[in-house]
Amino acid sequence: MTDSKQPLSDGSAPAEASSPEAPEGTTRREFIATATVGSALLLEACRHAPPVEGPPPGTAPAELEVTFKVNGQLQTLKVDPRTSLLDALRERLGLTGTKKGCDHGQCGACTVLVDGRRELSCLSLAVMHQGAEVSTVEGLAQGDTLHPLQQAFIEQDALQCGYCTSGQLMSAVGLMSEPCGASDDDVREAMSGNLCRCSAYPNIIAAIQQVRRLPKL
Amino acid sequence: MVAILSEVAPRESDVKSPLHAPALHESGLKHTSGEALYVDDLPLLPGTLVGHVIASPHAHARVVRKEARRALALPGVHAVLFAQDIPGVNDVCPVRGVHDEPLLAVDEVHCVGQSVALVVAESAALCRQAAALVEVEYEALPACLSIREALEQGSFLPHWLYPGPHLIRRGEPEAALLAAPVRIQGECMTGAQDHFYLETQASLAVMEEDGAVRLWSSTQHPSEVQEKVAEVLGLGRHQVTVEVPRMGGAFGGKETQAAPFAALAALGARATRRPVKVWLNRDQDMEQTGKRHPFWARYEAGFFEDGRLLALKAELVSDGGWSNDLSHAILDRALFHMDNAYFLPNVEVSGRVARTNQPSNTAFRGFGGPQGMFVVEEVLNRAAERLGLDPAEVRRLNYYHEPSEHRTHYGQLVEGNRLPRIHAELMASSEYARRRAEIDAFNAASRWTKRGIGYQPVKFGISFTTSFLNQAGALVVIYGDGTVQLNHGGTEMGQGLHTKMRAVCAHALGVPAEHVRVMTTATDKVPNTSATAASSGSDLNGQAVKAACEVLRERLRLVAAHLLQVDRAEAQGIVFAGGRVSHPAYPHRSLTFAELTHAAYQAQVSLSATGYYRTPDIGYDRKMGQGKPFHYFAFGGAVVEVEVSGLTGEHRVRRVDILHDVGSSLVPTIDRGQVEGGFIQGLGWLTCEEVLIDAKGRLLTHSPDTYKIPALGDAPEDFRVQLLERAPQDSTIHGSKAVGEPPFMLAIGAVTALRHAVAAFGPPRTEVQLASPATPEAILRAVEAARSVKR
Ligand code: FES
Ligand code: FES
Repeated sequence: MTDSKQPLSDGSAPAEASSPEAPEGTTRREFIATATVGSALLLEACRHAPPVEGPPPGTAPAELEVTFKVNGQLQTLKVDPRTSLLDALRERLGLTGTKKGCDHGQCGACTVLVDGRRELSCLSLAVMHQGAEVSTVEGLAQGDTLHPLQQAFIEQDALQCGYCTSGQLMSAVGLMSEPCGASDDDVREAMSGNLCRCSAYPNIIAAIQQVRRLPKL
Repeated sequence: MVAILSEVAPRESDVKSPLHAPALHESGLKHTSGEALYVDDLPLLPGTLVGHVIASPHAHARVVRKEARRALALPGVHAVLFAQDIPGVNDVCPVRGVHDEPLLAVDEVHCVGQSVALVVAESAALCRQAAALVEVEYEALPACLSIREALEQGSFLPHWLYPGPHLIRRGEPEAALLAAPVRIQGECMTGAQDHFYLETQASLAVMEEDGAVRLWSSTQHPSEVQEKVAEVLGLGRHQVTVEVPRMGGAFGGKETQAAPFAALAALGARATRRPVKVWLNRDQDMEQTGKRHPFWARYEAGFFEDGRLLALKAELVSDGGWSNDLSHAILDRALFHMDNAYFLPNVEVSGRVARTNQPSNTAFRGFGGPQGMFVVEEVLNRAAERLGLDPAEVRRLNYYHEPSEHRTHYGQLVEGNRLPRIHAELMASSEYARRRAEIDAFNAASRWTKRGIGYQPVKFGISFTTSFLNQAGALVVIYGDGTVQLNHGGTEMGQGLHTKMRAVCAHALGVPAEHVRVMTTATDKVPNTSATAASSGSDLNGQAVKAACEVLRERLRLVAAHLLQVDRAEAQGIVFAGGRVSHPAYPHRSLTFAELTHAAYQAQVSLSATGYYRTPDIGYDRKMGQGKPFHYFAFGGAVVEVEVSGLTGEHRVRRVDILHDVGSSLVPTIDRGQVEGGFIQGLGWLTCEEVLIDAKGRLLTHSPDTYKIPALGDAPEDFRVQLLERAPQDSTIHGSKAVGEPPFMLAIGAVTALRHAVAAFGPPRTEVQLASPATPEAILRAVEAARSVKR
């Protein structure tokens, strides 16, 4: 405990930088920008790396153009290269169905499909997805016909506040094309990255199993 | 122009009443399609700015200098606001008459995370850049970081009206303790819990004409947000409108603690004349907001050899954090639940709130009830271990009996006591006795893996213990085509309130649920509301909705009597059901609801009405420690089975059987979800969620990578939930009971089960020392302690 009368300047400690993982004086996002790496995994590792000098404040890097398909529609965006896929979807394309629960890759609320595989959109940069096919919850239904998982989530009441629901759904859609055993336990394991604070878990399992037991089309 | 009578007999209603029936979630389609809008999803007006809170990095310090010149020089930074920039009152304390919570720190900060300034800029990135340039100079002061330190320093938050500890007493506990054949004394702690609502705090403020302001806030208490914003801006409340679209979870964390962030957004909007959004990222949210109160308790209890409780004396101290918030009401509820399900013949319980340099702790599902109950459950578990008895049997022995015999320690009759019935039904359906015997056999044969089983009854008082809060309003609007807009004072946070209210409304008007649209909660539709809290959302609002619908039905009845050519005297017999209006005496005449409302409109009959409800006959005298604070009690029971590894301290929840009393469930699917979700959240509090701070009072567990809430794999492997059947409750909305909080406490059964498993590592009658939360570390320590008990 500091009990001296020595003045302590707060000049370099904005709220976000008080996080022990963030290097002194840089926010996580600025820090990410300085670390030019190609995979989300590496990015995650870098969060725990020793401090690196960030760019001088106020100098945003030049915007980059990226073209990808979102729910079947070609989109071309000019983005700050530090923009996460999640922010690009929510803030640039107005697709707010995908939620930001933690922005740390820890809650699963931001799960989308990239080329059919589930991915945490808060942990990957938009510019990494040149030419990719991104699917979000808004693209699940075909017109008025719900995706079987959407139908099952409604029927099984697999949601309460709904904030985790889009992530749960996209994760479940991804799961359908992954090798996964048939039991509830296998689903528990495969869905363990998607937190639900309302703990609608029993019904989430029920909904997913309902669809997995449907005869394959 | 009235002859629209159709000469068709009303069919066996096409549309069943949605009441007491399973229902799809009111927003289910919107949630699964991504269409549902939360505050952070609302389309923004052009020019909307971002508000970013600069928070104190010190647990306690003097603020000696604040300087924003360099930040303001950045292009795109519109304002940096300090305490002196607040035009009205710099206080957001939710308790009337107490002013101990400045919105922005003046010359002293009292915890890490306390708001010091608000930066308003074009983007979040710019805000962070500007925040780094704001110079705030502190002089660190000594900080008090735990209940223990507060006790040593005599640091408390006294009640503003009754400065002494809250004390409830009956009989002669001292004499009874002296005479008791078995005495148990000790101390225990329960930990903090972060709400971890998946949607963090969010508010959007937009200036309107005449200096008025409109907010969209993720809050359980829009009326309080309105009040605090008005006070901070120096406006009349009529100048402030607050809307709540829905919340992505709240659990108590948005009862009082949404207001400061809404007030900051409003302050920013007023200063810049632009819309301002304040949204906390996860780390900020966890660092800057209060949690469930940690409680410390010292107790002494006396028992007969057969397990009957003779006397209990206990002293509670909660960690209130740096300001009052709701700490005293939470302490009250803890004291009211020190009995849980048991008659305490000789008892004295008292409690105080410690003041520490932590974020101000606040409401969290159960509101002190779980913390109080934990103490008596610990006492009973220790008694069972000492006496070598089945802990479920010790509980059964101590249940309340008939109300004529038994009142609670604060003097309320325990009416409608369903504990014995739940106990008997659940013991049978869960095969408790057989499984307990099997577990003992398993444990005898297994060296490193042990199992345990625990039974947990719950009795939980329903009502706000601050009696005047038990009121609610509704506004029901019918349009000429027979469709309905329903406004009520409650907020939707995932608990299914809108689904229930829609069912109550559709039932009262006899229309299909799809014809009733539940509107977003707004202070200009239903004013002066209470928080959606204390599990009372559907109890209070349901009655108000019903009252409003009844007014409308009476008006429509007269029009219908005319159209159906029924004598006015017979009008009371007219039935609203299945979307039609008819009289059983004249089965061949009937109207659709739309025909009736259209006719009513043309007959110049008003088609909108308000409803109002207040809970009758409740009150509590704090000085005497006596009264009837609760309208009724909710009951439940759970049998929990766990398996513990003596090598790693990890455990699995193998099976859970719950029988819970929700009266006549308004919507059983919703209630079941609340029971399951509440139980699992309780498991989190008791087993995996551990809030840790460092020596300087900084939160170490400020994100999901360091703070673990239950994931899918932590849910019980075999989960059997039943709602108690044939259990209508008197004088509640359609015989139903509140459900939000009570099931949370059923999870204490996991602690009893864990103790059973841990004890099996020691000799018979091992008294277990298990800390809460029972993390793997805590369990391992308990196992080590059990193994070192001499045979
Ligand atoms: S927001 Fe991406 S994992 Fe939480
Ligand atoms: S439904 Fe609320 S977090 Fe999952």
